[in-house]
Amino acid sequence: GFTESLNTLRHTFTHAEVMGRARSVVGWVLLTALAVLLCCPAALSSLDEEHPDSDTEHGESHEGNETGFHIVTFRWEHVQAPYVIALWILVASLGKIVFHLSERVTSVVPESALLIVLGLILGGIVWAADHTASFTLTPNVFFFYLLPPIVLDAGYFMPNRHFFGNLGTILMYAVIGTVWNAATTGLSLYGIFKTGIMGHLQAGLLEFLLFGSLIAAVDPVAVLAVFEEVHVNEVLFIIVFGESLLNDAVTVVLYNVFSSFVAIGGENIEGLDYFKGIVSFFVVSLGGTAVGIVFAFLLSLVTRFTKHVRVIEPGFVFVISYLSYLTAEMLSLSAILAITFCGICCQKYVKANLCEQSITTVRYAMKMLASGAETIIFMFLGISAVDTKIWTWNTAFILLTLVFISVYRVIGVVIQTWILNHYRVVQLEIIDQVVMSYGGLRGAVAFALVVLLDSQHIHERRLFISTTIIVVYFTVIFQGLTIKPLVKWLKVKRTQQKEPLLNEKLHGRAFDHILSAIEDISGQIGHNYLRDKWTNFDRKYLSKLMMRKSAQVSRDKILSVFRELNLKDAISYVSEGERRGSLAFIRSSSDVNVDFTGPRHSVVDSSVSALLRESTSEVCLDMQAIENRMKSGKDREETVTHHMLQQHLYKPRKRYRLNYSRHKLAVRNEGEQQDKEIFQRTMKKRLENFKPTKLANNYTTKFRNMKKERAAKKKHSDAVSNGKIPAHSVSFHVNKDSDVEDHYDPSDGGISFLITPARNESDEPISGFNNPGFSTEEDDSTFQMTPPWVSNEETVIPSQRARLQLPRSPTNFRRLTPLQLSSRSIDSFLLADISDEHPLSFLPESSM
Amino acid sequence: MGSYSSHLSKIEDLQGIIQETGFTKAHICRLYDRFEELDKNNKGTLSREDFQRIGELAVNPLGDRIINAFFPNEKQTLDFRSFIRILACFRPTAKDKTADPNAPEPINSRTNKLRFAFQLYDLDGDGKISREELIQVLRMMLEAQVTDDQLESITDRTIQEADLDGDGAISFEEFRKSLENINLEHKMSIRFLQ
Repeated sequence: GFTESLNTLRHTFTHAEVMGRARSVVGWVLLTALAVLLCCPAALSSLDEEHPDSDTEHGESHEGNETGFHIVTFRWEHVQAPYVIALWILVASLGKIVFHLSERVTSVVPESALLIVLGLILGGIVWAADHTASFTLTPNVFFFYLLPPIVLDAGYFMPNRHFFGNLGTILMYAVIGTVWNAATTGLSLYGIFKTGIMGHLQAGLLEFLLFGSLIAAVDPVAVLAVFEEVHVNEVLFIIVFGESLLNDAVTVVLYNVFSSFVAIGGENIEGLDYFKGIVSFFVVSLGGTAVGIVFAFLLSLVTRFTKHVRVIEPGFVFVISYLSYLTAEMLSLSAILAITFCGICCQKYVKANLCEQSITTVRYAMKMLASGAETIIFMFLGISAVDTKIWTWNTAFILLTLVFISVYRVIGVVIQTWILNHYRVVQLEIIDQVVMSYGGLRGAVAFALVVLLDSQHIHERRLFISTTIIVVYFTVIFQGLTIKPLVKWLKVKRTQQKEPLLNEKLHGRAFDHILSAIEDISGQIGHNYLRDKWTNFDRKYLSKLMMRKSAQVSRDKILSVFRELNLKDAISYVSEGERRGSLAFIRSSSDVNVDFTGPRHSVVDSSVSALLRESTSEVCLDMQAIENRMKSGKDREETVTHHMLQQHLYKPRKRYRLNYSRHKLAVRNEGEQQDKEIFQRTMKKRLENFKPTKLANNYTTKFRNMKKERAAKKKHSDAVSNGKIPAHSVSFHVNKDSDVEDHYDPSDGGISFLITPARNESDEPISGFNNPGFSTEEDDSTFQMTPPWVSNEETVIPSQRARLQLPRSPTNFRRLTPLQLSSRSIDSFLLADISDEHPLSFLPESSM
Repeated sequence: MGSYSSHLSKIEDLQGIIQETGFTKAHICRLYDRFEELDKNNKGTLSREDFQRIGELAVNPLGDRIINAFFPNEKQTLDFRSFIRILACFRPTAKDKTADPNAPEPINSRTNKLRFAFQLYDLDGDGKISREELIQVLRMMLEAQVTDDQLESITDRTIQEADLDGDGAISFEEFRKSLENINLEHKMSIRFLQ
């Protein structure tokens, strides 16, 4: 019977495919088909025990069974559990892919809602297949495996400044707000129940309060999932999200208190128990936080000494954080608080201690785990709902719960905000309050908690579960769907995705100092005062203790922003250059990479000398000189930049050195020397490649003159000269820390490229097109590969216009790359072709 | 507060101060207490030395500059009125819906907050932050490990970023422009205790 239905299903799908509808439909079909495939082994193993191999797909193994010796055996049971898990993860992830095929859908419907619907569908299929709900979200799996990555991610990437800046507000909402929600919802439901509208329920006040406490808490997973797509301003986000994280302690305590009260029975509760409940709140919350901080300390300390085990470095972050979670759980403290604070506290030191690659690894792994867990949670929230055993309907109870949680959330937010606004520097406006009320999403935590209820004591467990599911669906799907339009309609301040500006960072720092000074002067201990004290303490003791010696140097934020900006420029500079096939674009007056041009040229007085000095001293690709300079402290950043640049340059292509050691990943392990060398070689090669492209024999002198003129005038000249390009790249790459100057004297001794034996002098560049810079092979290969047009000494001098234009045309660029593919150079051919009076009219002029 | 009224009677032109600064009576009272606390010799005015005695201010990298900001135009003393006027600059800015174009600019306006910060940089008071001036401030704020070269590069880059008219210095207008996206109401405001 099952196989038949399966076939019918497949038939339907094939039919749909034949219809040839939109891509997304096909995607859906594929996905559903996969889901079917997924369920069938499970279903088969449970239902068709006698014919385990009836499915045709496993035919081969069937034959294998009959011989004496099994070459191949089919051992489904052997792998079943992990296999099913892996397939579910795959399905969920594929689901995500499918959702994003259509941008229109994901821009309107939040992913979490889509996943729940997907889960419902899959659950339906599973249900249709074997009439049992074999896959549900069990509290165990949820709390032990799915929740920690999400919360750790939240803590590790927590914007600490915003978080601690609004900590008071967050705590207020998290503690008072949650208690308020729990109490009012529970009591109101109980009150209504007393009127008899809900019919007969086997529940007393304590049961209602228990339900209220588990349904009260705003859920971090749901909030994250929805708010991440909404992009409200940071303050608003951190308040709602922080609340959802920190209310865990309250939820845990309320839940534990009431469920134990229910267990011992209302009449046996003594006054002392209430007192214990309150005490346990402080123990659970502060204890959880303390556990988190202790583990963060451990983690920071450990990462300080991982220099020689770089490969497993990222592992520490995850393992120790996870241990903090488990430890708190073991001590029955708030595990969420523990792992959140572990992430919050360790982030600074871990980021300082780990090497660049490990940080990236941690970042991506964490995002992957969190996003994966989130996906699975929502999908399973959908799947779990398809189970007749948990459903029971009580219209009044369910509807009233929905009404109460919404209404009391609004009331709670308004009251608390009113109080808080007396103490806040930045007032929370009505609009913010609306979003905060509306953002009170309930989610998987509530579901897991309600499933955890003991049906022995809680007779209405099924009703509670059904209601929780409805509430979760309502908040995630309905509110999740409508919050975006609401935010838009209310014109809530959004986050601006903008580049960090050095000015902002710098003056921001000054503002901090000013504010703390003003607090000192006015003699009050305020937020700025505390922050200032903390920064000092951190710098004096904590950083010294938990950061590597090397990391302690210049960890200044301003410096890192500066570095970041330069890096970004560098990367965009190079990639833009690559894209356009030259670095010529930099001289064009178009708006790319303004940072290198523009006002810098008009700096008249003070910088002229600096520029000239830099151009003579720093434009130097002599290996020895650079290595000497590398040893000086200043070049530490350069090395970092070099490293990043070099990574950027190499990565899309081939890995430069294959290292088969399991313990050594990248050359970086060996120190940065190798990196530098590679970088320098690449740069030289690239410069060399650009140079002959641009410089013609007759051009050099002209160029030189022009340079002088420019140096004198210091004016941004529109006469875009190709000749400057090598200079540009030279100064740029070597001199990343300082500003990039564009003054270059080709006769300057510092520039001696001299790499390719086939070439003579840097001052006497060979024209002709040699462009292997775009195929990043080992240097050696470049050396050996002497392009035909170089070896036969035939120089083709492109016209100035061609030289100007050719390299920056993207269409052209494609033609330039496949050097090695043809024995005859198309490029030189092309160049020769257009050499004189054919100004390449087919090329776009936009970049001029 | 027991000494509430006795304090208030000591303050001259209380209404004027309230009007000008927007502080409440309780604020003013508390700040007056503080003023007297700082005024070690009961001169009725504060001197630079009074400020320098504040321990936290001494470790503040910009401490000296900030003290100087309280003593504009080479003045050597600071009376309460000026004291509170400068502090008022850091009051949170209220979202004023009924913005009256004719009304005088409130003392805690965005421009005034910016101006306070700007004058910390602009040592010679020529209305421009020159490269040297910026380097000086940066040197104070950045950690000692930052080398001079880095410092200069950062300075150049900062000027380049903000300098719109290309004179190699940051004017107040450019300063304001470069901080356009900064929520100054947040970043340059503190909540004064009552």
